[in-house]
Amino acid sequence: MSGRRLDQGGQVDRSQPLSFTFEGRAYTGFVGDTLASALLANGVSVVGRSFKLHRPRGLFAAGSDEPNALVQLETGARTEPNLKATEIELYEGLSARAVNCWPSARFDLGAVNGLADRFFPAGFYYKTFMWPDWHLYEWAIRRAAGLGKAPKDADPDRYDMRFAHCDVLVVGGGPAGLAAARAAASGGARVMLVEQDAALGGRLNWDAAAIDGTDGLAWTDKVLEELDAAEEAQVLTRTTAIGYFDHNLIGLVERVSDHVEQADSDKPRQRFWQVRAGQVILATGVEERPIVFPGNDRPGVMMASAVRRYLNQYGVAAGQSAVIFANNDEAYLTADTLHAAGVEVAAIVDTRVSVSPDVLAAMSTRAVPIYSEVQITATRGRKALSSVLVSGAQVDEWIDCDLLAVSGGFNPRLQLFRQSGGKPDYDEAKAMFVPDLSVQAETSVGGAAGELGLGEALTVAHEAGVAAVAESGYRAADLVAPVADSRAPQLTPFWRVDEGKGKAFVDFQNDVTVEDIALSARENFVSVEHLKRYTTLGMAPDQGKTSGVTGLAILGELTGRSVAETGATADRFPFVPTALGTLAGQARGELFRPIKRMAAHEVHEELGAVFEEYGGWARPAYYPEPGESGWDAEQREALCVRQAAGLFDGSPLGKIEVVGPDAGTFLDRIYANRLSNLKPGRLRYGLMLNELGVVIDDGVAACLGENHFMVGTTGAGADTIAAWLEEWHQTEWPELDIVIAPMTQQWGVLTLSGPRARDILDAVGVEADISAEAFPHMRFIETNVAGVPARIFRVSFTGELSYEVNVPARRMPDMWRAFMTAGQPFGLSSVGLDAWMVLRTEKGYLHVGADTDGATVPDDIGWARVMKKQSDFIGRRSLTQPENLRTDRYQLVGLETVGSNAMLPVGAHLFMGGADGGSEGYVTSSGFSPTLQHGVALAMVKGGRARMGQVFEVRMDKALHRARIVDPCFYDPSGDRLND
Amino acid sequence: MLRITCPYCGPRDELEFRCGGEAHIVRPGPPETVSDEDWGAYLFQRQNPVGAHHERWVHEGGCRQWFHLVRDTRTHEVIAVYKMDEPKPEVPE
Ligand SMILES: [Zn+2]
Repeated sequence: MSGRRLDQGGQVDRSQPLSFTFEGRAYTGFVGDTLASALLANGVSVVGRSFKLHRPRGLFAAGSDEPNALVQLETGARTEPNLKATEIELYEGLSARAVNCWPSARFDLGAVNGLADRFFPAGFYYKTFMWPDWHLYEWAIRRAAGLGKAPKDADPDRYDMRFAHCDVLVVGGGPAGLAAARAAASGGARVMLVEQDAALGGRLNWDAAAIDGTDGLAWTDKVLEELDAAEEAQVLTRTTAIGYFDHNLIGLVERVSDHVEQADSDKPRQRFWQVRAGQVILATGVEERPIVFPGNDRPGVMMASAVRRYLNQYGVAAGQSAVIFANNDEAYLTADTLHAAGVEVAAIVDTRVSVSPDVLAAMSTRAVPIYSEVQITATRGRKALSSVLVSGAQVDEWIDCDLLAVSGGFNPRLQLFRQSGGKPDYDEAKAMFVPDLSVQAETSVGGAAGELGLGEALTVAHEAGVAAVAESGYRAADLVAPVADSRAPQLTPFWRVDEGKGKAFVDFQNDVTVEDIALSARENFVSVEHLKRYTTLGMAPDQGKTSGVTGLAILGELTGRSVAETGATADRFPFVPTALGTLAGQARGELFRPIKRMAAHEVHEELGAVFEEYGGWARPAYYPEPGESGWDAEQREALCVRQAAGLFDGSPLGKIEVVGPDAGTFLDRIYANRLSNLKPGRLRYGLMLNELGVVIDDGVAACLGENHFMVGTTGAGADTIAAWLEEWHQTEWPELDIVIAPMTQQWGVLTLSGPRARDILDAVGVEADISAEAFPHMRFIETNVAGVPARIFRVSFTGELSYEVNVPARRMPDMWRAFMTAGQPFGLSSVGLDAWMVLRTEKGYLHVGADTDGATVPDDIGWARVMKKQSDFIGRRSLTQPENLRTDRYQLVGLETVGSNAMLPVGAHLFMGGADGGSEGYVTSSGFSPTLQHGVALAMVKGGRARMGQVFEVRMDKALHRARIVDPCFYDPSGDRLND
Repeated sequence: MLRITCPYCGPRDELEFRCGGEAHIVRPGPPETVSDEDWGAYLFQRQNPVGAHHERWVHEGGCRQWFHLVRDTRTHEVIAVYKMDEPKPEVPE
C-alpha cells in the first residue's frame, strides 16, 4: 500500500499544513485531517502490531470501528493509550506512537510470537497457565501482552460534567439524523442533535448524493441553519453517545478541546453529559463488515467505505492500484469513486453470480474487469499487499494490487439500542440484525434501522421526528420530508472464504482467526457468549465493531445453525473507550470526597495541629510543640489530661434532638436500654442495635426537658443514625408524635477534661453553680459560659472530671481561645484524637466500630442486662437466637503484656499453643499509657470473660509477646476521679 | 439511572434517592411470641420477584420522606408510586 495525497478533492485545507510526528518521524498533514488520513497521505503503511501475534497491520477502517491503528498519543502526564488514529483530529505538533510494539511498528521484536503462533491457539492461556494458579503467570503475560501505557503522573487536564434535559435527543448527524432533528425542532421542542465527528452530514461527506435536488452537503448546511435558528435546538458535534441507561438517560462524551494544540485554559478537555430525554431517535448509521479470507490482515486490505472516505473526505488515495472484493452493489460505487480519482482499478471480485444491469449502467467507467462468482483465496506482499489470488470455477489468477477494498455487507449500529434493552431480530433478506422490540422510548431510523436506501431513510426519519415531538406535546411545522434516490444496494450473504492458505482473521485486534472459532466449536463452546470469552473475539478496544456479527455468523456456519439461531452477544457501555478522567469529571483530588472542617479549624491550625481525617472530618490528631514527634505530643497531651486538664474538640459528635409527646416511647424502642424514665437534666449512656441485634452506635442521651431528648452518637454515626431514626419513625411507627432534628453542626463542643477542669471552667466564667454537689456526673445544665449560651453535659470519655460544653458553632473559635487563655495558669493543653484514644483505652471504654464489628451483640461487650428490659426494642428478638447465646462468642476483655511493657498492634491475633492452634481472638484497641508506663489494649477473645488471667501468645512482626487477659479498665477502676 | 417521581417533590434523578429494599414486610412481635424461624424469615427472606416489586425508597437528597414504589425488575419501569400511608395499589404480576 502506498497512499498519497491527491492534488484536489476532499475537505482538508491544503493552505493550512500541520506538522506532526509518528514513531518519532516528522510528517505533514492538513487542517481537516485525522491522524489516520495524514499517515495514509504520507504513505505510512504499517501503523500497528496485533495484540497476540504482533503481526504488522495497516489502516483497515476510517472511523470508530478501526481495529488496527491504536496509538499512544503524546507523552508525559498527558499521554493517552489505545486511541484510534482514525478518531484523532490532527493538530500542530501532535506526536504519537503505535502501541504493542518495540522498538517500532515497522521492526517489532515481539513478532517472534508470530513465528510461534501455532502455540497460541484460542484458550491457550486458560489451558497452559492454570497450575498452580493463573495469578502466578499473569504479571509476566500482561507485561508481554499489554497494549498502550497508562500515564504515571496525574492528568493535568480539566474535565467537566453536565446534566441536561430535552424532549428529543437525536444520536447521529448523518442524513437520517438531520432529517429527524429538523422535523422535531420545527415545532419549538427542546431537541438535541449529537454527532461524533467534527462535521455533520455523516456519509454525505464521502459518498455524494442529491437531496431535495441539491448536493447532500449543501442540504446539510441548510438543515444546520434551520437548527441554529430554532431557539430550543442544540447541536453538539465531536460528541459521542457512549451509553444508554434506564429511563432514557444517555451518556455523551463531548471532546471540547482534543482537536486543538493547546487547550484554552477556560475550557475543559472533555465534557461528560448526562441527558434525560423524552424520546430518543437513534440515527447511528451502519458499520460496513468485511469478508474473511486467508491473508486478510496484510496492510493494504481495507474496508471499501473507508477507501471512499479517505478519498473523498480527506483527498487521500489509499493505493495506486486497487482490487475490490465484495458481495454487494457498493463494489461498483467504490470502483467508480476510485476511477474518478485517478486510481487504477485492477478488478472487481464479486462473490455473486450476477449483478443487476442497473448498477452497471450507473457506473461512469466501463474499463474495469469484473469477475463474478469468485473469491480471494490468498494474498501476497511483505509488510504490504502486492497481489491477490482470485479463484473460481473458471479462474485462478494472481492480480497485482497494493489496495484491496473489501465489503461483506452492512451492520446497523445497534449498540445503543441493545444497551437500552431493545431486542434485535435477524433480517434474512437484508442479512443483518435490525432493531425489533423497543423497551424504552426510542426509535431507530436510517441505517441504524437497516434502511440502506437514502430516500426511504429520509422519509422515515422525518416522520419519526414529527412523532417524537408529538409525544412531548409539540406539533411539528408542516414540512415536507426530504427527497432522495431510494435505491438500496443489493447483497448476497457471504461471510468467509473456505479455501486457500493462510490465516483468516476475524478479530484483528485480538488475532482471532476462523481456526480459533472452529477450535472453540470443536471444544463445545458453541454459545456466542462462550465463544467470545474463550477466543476473546470482540473483547478488544474496538469491542467487535468489525468482527462481532461476522464471528457469530461463522460460528453458525461451523455448527450448522443460522445467524438468527446463533444470536448475538450483549452490547455494553461504553460504545467507545472512554477516559476515566471524563467519567470522574471534577470529582478528583480534594473534590473527590470533600472533607468537612470544624468551626474552630483555623484556631487548631494556629495551634499547630496535625490533622487527620476521621469519619469525614478533618480533626486534630495532636498538637506538636517544637521538636516533638507525633508520639511525643500524644503522650504529653494524654498525661496532661490526667495531671491537669486538656481541651478536646468534640464537635463532630452526633447531636440529634427528639421532641414530642411520644419521644420517650420512641427512644425506648430505639435504645437497647430504657430511656423514657430519664428525668430532665439527667444523662444516660445508651446502646443502639440494628434488627440483627448488632451494636451499631453508642452515646449519651440527655433529657433536656419534658418530652425533649437529645440523642448523642459517635462522630461517625451522626448522619447515619439521624437517617436511621427517621426511617424507623416514618416506616414503622408513623403514629408516634415526634419530631427528629439533627443538630450536630449547629453546636460546637469544647470538651474540658482533667482534675483542673472545674477550676478552668470557673475561670472562663460560667453562670450556673458547677460544684460537685450542684452539678454531679451524668447531669446536664443550660447556662451561659463567658456570656455565650451553652449546654453543658457532665460526661466523660477519659475517666477524668469532664465537661462537654456545647456552644453555637459560630462561637467556637472565640470560645476555644477564651478557654485556652483561662486555662493557661492551670496547665491546660489542647488535646488531639490520638491522646483521646489512649485515655479511653486506659479506661476500657468501648469504641463502636473499632472494638466491635458487624457481629457484636450487647452481651459480647458486657451488656447482657439489656435482656432484662421489659419492652421490645430494635434487635431485641435477635439476642435470643441460638447463635447469639453461644458461650464461645468473641467477648471484649483487657489485655496486658507479660514480661514487657510493649504496645500490642491492633489486629494482632492471640494464640494459645503456637500458631498452629488457630486464633483465639484479636487486639481491637491499643495504646501506650504514659501514666502506667506500659501498653494497654482491648481485645475480642472467644469466651473471653471466663478466661481472666489466661496468657496468650501475640505475634508482632517477628517478635513473640505474651499477654494476659484482664479487666478492660486499667485506670481508676473505682471511678473516683470521674465523679470528683 | 432511574427517574423517580417523589410523591412530595415530583420527578427527580435516582441520584437523589436511596432504596430501602422490599416494602410491606410486617415486623413480628412481641418478641417472646416469635419463633426463631419466623424471626429469621423476617430478617432474611425476601421475595426477589421477576416482575412487579414493591419497594421502600427515601428522597434522601430532597424532602427526606420515605415512600413506596412498585418497580418491574425486568425493565426497571416504575409502575406506581405511593405514600407510606396509602394502600398498596393493584398491579399486574
Ligand atoms: Zn421528595
